[in-house]
Amino acid sequence: MKRVKLSHGAGGELMQEFIQQIVSRIELKRTLEGSGLDKLEDSGIINLGDKKIAFTTDSYTVNPIFFPGGDIGKLSVFGTVNDLAVMGAKPLALTLSYIIEEGFSFEHLERITSSVNEASKRVKVPIISGDTKVVEKGKVDKIIINTSGVGMVYKLITNYGARPGDKIIVSGPVGNHGLALLAKRFGFETRLKSDCAPVWDIVDAMIKVGGVHAMKDPTRGGLAACLNELAQKSRVCFLVNEEKIPVEREARSIGEILGIDPLQTACEGRIVACVDASHSKSILEVMGTGASIIGEVKSRPKGRVILQTIVGGKRFLEAPVGELHPRIC
Amino acid sequence: MLEIFRNKSVASEIVKRIKDLNFPGKVRIMHVCGTHEQTIAKFGLRKLLPPNIKIICGPGCPVCCETAFEIDFAVQLAFMKNLIITSFGDMYRVPGSSLSLSDAKSRGGDVRVVYGINESVEIAKKNPGKEVVHIAIGFETTAPSTAIEILENQDLDNFSILCSHRLIPPAMESLLESGECKIDGFICPGHVSAIIGSKPYEPIARRFKRPCVITGFEPNDVLLAILMILKQLKEGESKVEIEYRRSVKPAGNTLALEKMYEVFEVCDKSWRGIGLIPNSGLRLRKKFEGFDAEKKFDVEITDVIDTKPGCKCGEIMKGLAEPKDCPHFRKSCTPDHPLGACIVSVEGPCNVAYRYGD
Repeated sequence: MKRVKLSHGAGGELMQEFIQQIVSRIELKRTLEGSGLDKLEDSGIINLGDKKIAFTTDSYTVNPIFFPGGDIGKLSVFGTVNDLAVMGAKPLALTLSYIIEEGFSFEHLERITSSVNEASKRVKVPIISGDTKVVEKGKVDKIIINTSGVGMVYKLITNYGARPGDKIIVSGPVGNHGLALLAKRFGFETRLKSDCAPVWDIVDAMIKVGGVHAMKDPTRGGLAACLNELAQKSRVCFLVNEEKIPVEREARSIGEILGIDPLQTACEGRIVACVDASHSKSILEVMGTGASIIGEVKSRPKGRVILQTIVGGKRFLEAPVGELHPRIC
Repeated sequence: MLEIFRNKSVASEIVKRIKDLNFPGKVRIMHVCGTHEQTIAKFGLRKLLPPNIKIICGPGCPVCCETAFEIDFAVQLAFMKNLIITSFGDMYRVPGSSLSLSDAKSRGGDVRVVYGINESVEIAKKNPGKEVVHIAIGFETTAPSTAIEILENQDLDNFSILCSHRLIPPAMESLLESGECKIDGFICPGHVSAIIGSKPYEPIARRFKRPCVITGFEPNDVLLAILMILKQLKEGESKVEIEYRRSVKPAGNTLALEKMYEVFEVCDKSWRGIGLIPNSGLRLRKKFEGFDAEKKFDVEITDVIDTKPGCKCGEIMKGLAEPKDCPHFRKSCTPDHPLGACIVSVEGPCNVAYRYGD
């Protein structure tokens, strides 16, 4: 019998196959004139006359639940509002569900809820509905949080719009979230923190400049998975210059020690965008320090990401496969 | 300090000197370390070299050399009650004859991924009512740490290892002995050599007349080693040189070697897809055989399938084929659905080719 493995949820190609397998069984995938599971984007879009609503959901499980730069509560709010934001939608409201393991401490629950509250106030998005479930010990690991969100679309941005000639921009150093968590798990002393943060303000500023053709937030699978998905959905080639990709020194070092590539490691507060070359400089300015033009969009080979390495060689930048594991030597 | 080893202008200068040598004819340089393949592919070094200089993979991935018998044995153990198997992450998904450790785990086996054998020892100490078996894989690089844990925990009676340590120089000699593959020089492994030093490569340089350069893992280390090998070839020399001087001493790490041979002795060993290589393995000495899982647990393994039909892992590790020559590569064999061993570990040649393009 075929069984589900952890790698089915790890953000690599196997997860894409897995999702396709599930989605193919769902027959009603979108609302009239909207978009939904047929497009597999960060949010579904509902058309309401001259207005468009973005709607999304995500469940959060993270180990450790408190980590440098955040915790599962903050992550659950920012993760979902970011999935709305990258579609060009201003987040309006959230729902919040807890699935809690019997024996979980009230103190931790309060800490997480305060953190949810702080995050919700920071993005000014209320939590308007919710649910709690408590399950027997061992049925979940500590706590799983689900949040769903709706947002008002200002300017619809999809994963399908990158065009040859566009510049590719990333909003800041990549891999910090995943590597900060791994550092904590392995007991490294480091100043590295998760980049867990909301991105709507940056997206809003970019939309106001104009010329944004495609956008996505690199979460599981990191920058590499994100670029590959955008290149595949837009049927273009990305030529990326490794020297221009911002990676913090500590993230790079921890990655090297553990044999994990920061380019394939999760971010939680970054965006990748393909923008019109003529707007790229002004867009970069409104994105603030840390943002960088990392490459440009070419026409072929379609769906591939080519990386010009720091020593001048070339290779494909592939999406990660399987679970990310520290390697032997 | 690392910067210079990744510096673009230094890289261009070395590449220029390689080109200036104008080496006539085809040259095939073999490396025997998964991390070298990783560096070569990750930094796109093959694209920088003249077309007549070919860098080929040898049997340098410890996970890929582990036989199906060894994995089947671990899988059988994983299904035993009150027994915990610990494994390095890259071993976890390598297919045995039919199942991998990851399959065993999803069917209820207690398999835990650890970063080092010390974590496995800790698990054994915390679970006195359970047996803990660590899959001790790796070349000379990891064998000393296995030895030290055993020496320091001699009264830990619920801990044992599946001893899969292998030695690199005998495998290199065996490849040359067979004469199947044209190899003009070796990029020798830096981590292994930090332990064994330069002497074990002398027979390769003297008897088989092949230049050997012990090499570090940064892109400019590898480019420099290629230049050093080509220079030796051009001058008709064959000697052992150390490019990776910042880590490797000619005598190696004598303390590590001493501990390693206190616990282990050399034995003949099978390599997956290659076969038996004389003197290429380590086994526990009699004094320590209480730590030998193969002796401790009575497990019967039958119908071992080392290589699936059509799989070219063996040829790839002997330098006779490349991943793209395998009919299964990227089709019926991917890192997510592995058929052979070389596609699983990030050190495996097929995995590297898959991730960085071939």
